[in-house]
Amino acid sequence: MAGKPSVHTHAEPTSFWRRYIFSTDHKVIGIQYYLTAMGMALVGGALAMLIRLQLGWPDEKWPLLAKIFPRGMSGGVMNPDFYLALITMHGTLMIFFFVSLGLVSGFGNYLLPLQIGARDMAFPFLNMLSYWTVVPACVIMLASFFVEGGAAASGWTAYPPLSAVEQAVPGSGLGQTLWILGMALFIASFTMGGLNFVTTILNERTRGMSMMRLPLFIWTLLIASILGLLAFPPLTAAAILLLFDRHGGTSFFLPSGLYFGERVLPHSGGSPLLWQHLFWFLGHPEVYVLILPALGIALDLLPPFTRKPIFGYRLTVYSLFAIGVLSMIVWGHHMFVSGMNPYVGEFFAIGTLAITIPSAIIGFNLIASLWGARLQLRTPALFALGSIAFFGTGGLGGVFLGNATSDIQLHDTYFVVGHFHFMIGGVTLLAILGGTYYWFPKMFGRMMNERLGKIHFWLTFIAFYAVFLTQHFLGFGGMPRRYYAFSKFEFLAPIRDMNAFISVAAFVLGAAQLLFLFNFFWSLFRGARAEQNPWRAATLEWVAPTPPPHGNWGETVPEVHRWPYDYSVPGAPEDFTPQTVPPTVVEVTR
Amino acid sequence: MRRPFGTGIRVADVFRDARLWSDFGTPPSDDHRRGGFDGGSEPQHGLPVPNAQFGLWLFLGTVTMLFAGFTSAYLVRQAGSDWQPLPYPPILWINTGVLVLSSVLLEVGRRRQRALRRWILGVTVLGVLFLFGQLLAWRALRAQGIYLPTNPHSSFFYILTGVHGAHVLGGVITLLSVLALVWRDALGERTARRLSLCAVYWHFVGGLWLYLLFVLFLL
Amino acid sequence: MHEGNERRKRILEGFFFAFVLITIAVVGIGLGVRRWLPPLASEHGAGIDRMIHYLLITVGALFILGHVVLGYFIWRFSRQERITYRLASARAEKLWSLIPGIVMALVAEGGVLVIGLPIWQKYYLHPAPPDAVLVEVTAEQFAWNIRYPGADGRLGRTDPQLISYENPLGIDVRDPASRDDIVQLGVMYVPVGRPIHVRLRSKDTLHSFFLPHFRVKQDAVPGMTIDIWFTPTQTGEFEIACAELCGFGHFQMRGVLRVLPLEEFERWLTAQPAFSP
Repeated sequence: MAGKPSVHTHAEPTSFWRRYIFSTDHKVIGIQYYLTAMGMALVGGALAMLIRLQLGWPDEKWPLLAKIFPRGMSGGVMNPDFYLALITMHGTLMIFFFVSLGLVSGFGNYLLPLQIGARDMAFPFLNMLSYWTVVPACVIMLASFFVEGGAAASGWTAYPPLSAVEQAVPGSGLGQTLWILGMALFIASFTMGGLNFVTTILNERTRGMSMMRLPLFIWTLLIASILGLLAFPPLTAAAILLLFDRHGGTSFFLPSGLYFGERVLPHSGGSPLLWQHLFWFLGHPEVYVLILPALGIALDLLPPFTRKPIFGYRLTVYSLFAIGVLSMIVWGHHMFVSGMNPYVGEFFAIGTLAITIPSAIIGFNLIASLWGARLQLRTPALFALGSIAFFGTGGLGGVFLGNATSDIQLHDTYFVVGHFHFMIGGVTLLAILGGTYYWFPKMFGRMMNERLGKIHFWLTFIAFYAVFLTQHFLGFGGMPRRYYAFSKFEFLAPIRDMNAFISVAAFVLGAAQLLFLFNFFWSLFRGARAEQNPWRAATLEWVAPTPPPHGNWGETVPEVHRWPYDYSVPGAPEDFTPQTVPPTVVEVTR
Repeated sequence: MRRPFGTGIRVADVFRDARLWSDFGTPPSDDHRRGGFDGGSEPQHGLPVPNAQFGLWLFLGTVTMLFAGFTSAYLVRQAGSDWQPLPYPPILWINTGVLVLSSVLLEVGRRRQRALRRWILGVTVLGVLFLFGQLLAWRALRAQGIYLPTNPHSSFFYILTGVHGAHVLGGVITLLSVLALVWRDALGERTARRLSLCAVYWHFVGGLWLYLLFVLFLL
Repeated sequence: MHEGNERRKRILEGFFFAFVLITIAVVGIGLGVRRWLPPLASEHGAGIDRMIHYLLITVGALFILGHVVLGYFIWRFSRQERITYRLASARAEKLWSLIPGIVMALVAEGGVLVIGLPIWQKYYLHPAPPDAVLVEVTAEQFAWNIRYPGADGRLGRTDPQLISYENPLGIDVRDPASRDDIVQLGVMYVPVGRPIHVRLRSKDTLHSFFLPHFRVKQDAVPGMTIDIWFTPTQTGEFEIACAELCGFGHFQMRGVLRVLPLEEFERWLTAQPAFSP
């Protein structure tokens, strides 16, 4: 079959279904992922609003909501089971179905071939398959709200026995089974995506695109994908064992003598801690699967708006690697007070705090990239700068939690809630939103509204701090997380009223996202037409036509001659030099 | 033309035309030289391996991690007080022999090239025989009153053989698809590439079985 | 004119961003100097508080520094018309990166190695002193069962099969050690100034034995018996909270901890009837 034309010169499919639904084009799939993720974020966000409604005014009645949720809020009062289902599904949807899908699968798919000069992903069909595997996962997750007993209620961490014993909590019936199935499909899809990303990055780079000329977003995508490939399979194993504990009568996670519903269950000898180890072996790297690409976007959004190169490219890459490696061996910091061997706890504390070193270097490089800049505060730049602040705040909070000693007091309090919302909620949210403002013209050929975008940023940024910085301090006060109300404890009396304030701020945060939604759809149809390179950026995707055609590059794939951050090269005709400009025209400065 | 949804698309088209098949081992085309690690101006190739092969290795890596997860659960659980070793079902000797033989046949067939159909057919039949033999092992245990929840060792035995069996089944299906290809166009370059990928997977699944035997009955 | 307007707008926006970031830092200081931790009532808790205070000061300083520097950079560089610094040499990048690396190593690793782990070891790695008062705490959905060993100092055998309404812990009365056991529901009495040895168990799901005032938090895991100890330093009535999601009643799984002077505690203990189902 020698001389067979490259797959990428396949004619563009003409039927509507092959073009937009069962497409193998990475751009269509990227947008499909992105829109799916945004849909799931709307649901997850609505759940968050209900959670804050309950926590802010636990004694209030909401007759209107009783009509929408006749079971969960009968008589207008939220029942505690429904509350637990809300927090479980909020976490699951946001972590796996919003951030993972939006950031990694969405932006990753759309940008990866464009930024490395490929015509498509290495395995376009697998790519389509992975998207259409995650769709049923979404449907199953959402459907679980409507089954007997409601959605899963054991937290997104699904700790057994709560998640393994049907009598333990109402959501532990069919809802929990559907949760496991949904997660299994999600993992299958994410694994297909990971295989595709790694192969594409290593094998599909265009001529001249050496690894050290990759945009940092691609580096973060590579490391995140490798982490995903290593960390998700053990969770799959754990989920299979959990499924058999639930339905097969086995005892992997269930010890003997469990007393539920006035009888002793027949299980014996299992260990609930085993699940926690297997879960966090995934769970912790998963945090980095989310935050590394977010940092990648923040790093990549800076140069076009500072008009100068990023600071410390190589060290950032090395730091990303260090974080990736360390993230695999620190899962135990989620389990300091779980009953795990305390000697092991010391090891995990030291390992965890070692991560602060490469993380601090990345944070430092982000700030140092501003030095000497001609800073232009366009909307994407605001989001990138905001995510630096979030990363700093969240990262510093992590120093309290990685330290086993202070974690004794702070574990499972609102300090943890505040911390992880800054990291995998905030940094990622700002990266996704900033990335949308930035790449929207590439994706859809129109600009998003700048004024609305700025209002959106300021509301989001300030409200986010109001909600989650405050929660850190509630954590010092000992306020436990996953509580349906704080009225039963006197020691919480001095601080519990702050929840009303937090809830108001959370509503502002939620409402601000509606502004974004409006801007998105309005700009889709009414936005100003975008030029090919509206931000005057140097990375490769802006060399492609806007929006890029099938196959991305027309006749010939571009050749790359320089790193992606050649801004303000002395003597160059423009203050940005695209990667494709040969050294004979403009000097290569790095 | 059949138009099941009246949409102008035939579902079969999606799969027949699917890039997956044509993707396997596409040689780098001219416009597609890859950059090296720290390339400078000299264009270098990305990896000395085609996409499909590299993707397969990554996939085998995830399968390895899956069983690493099972293994760590196994070791933790084995330390529990209620662990009772399972009697070794003797039929596993035969099953192991069948699987090892199938790997050998596959290699011999690939080298000989002649009558490749028959070799692959033989391998496929052995694969099915292995799965059948595993079912017999389950039956033998059940006959002794050892079920999935009986004790942790039996739980692990059923689940690990089950998950492994699913991977073997995937291998058998792949072998069948290669067989269909061989049947159609004897041995083209494309078929040879797919056969070699299939062989890598098949040997992996065989090796995995030896590993599981070691974990289940020797550790 | 238009150019000038653009520039003025940019400077204004940069100033606003800096203002917000510095406000956040100031609010952070304002919140940070308030007393949030519940009043301390245990001996080892002083060490945990020391750790937290150390981190509040050092990490808090980095938080403020980070926001101020970020704000300053945004303010300053949004005024610039052309870039004034472009590319650092590889050497300069490495040298500069040493700063955050070393600072974090000192603050984070130094903190845990010098202050944190010694306390951790004292709290977790040493068994309870021999003069400790033994108390068994058995968590269940959604209550705390407290058991004292009685005069013989030994807790009787339990068996989940024996659990009933009258015998919530499943105490085996055939075991002689159980004859003088004392069982309480939801209220735990302990003496002040003596180490308290808690044997933590769970009947059903995970729970976490959380004494906010004592800086004690330990998960109760079904199938495991976990030993911890602490020494109360204050008398009075305190609360026991559950800190691990355990079901719909998680938020109301409240227990009471009464810390009494030693003689009063002993008087109370001797007045309690032994357990009989």
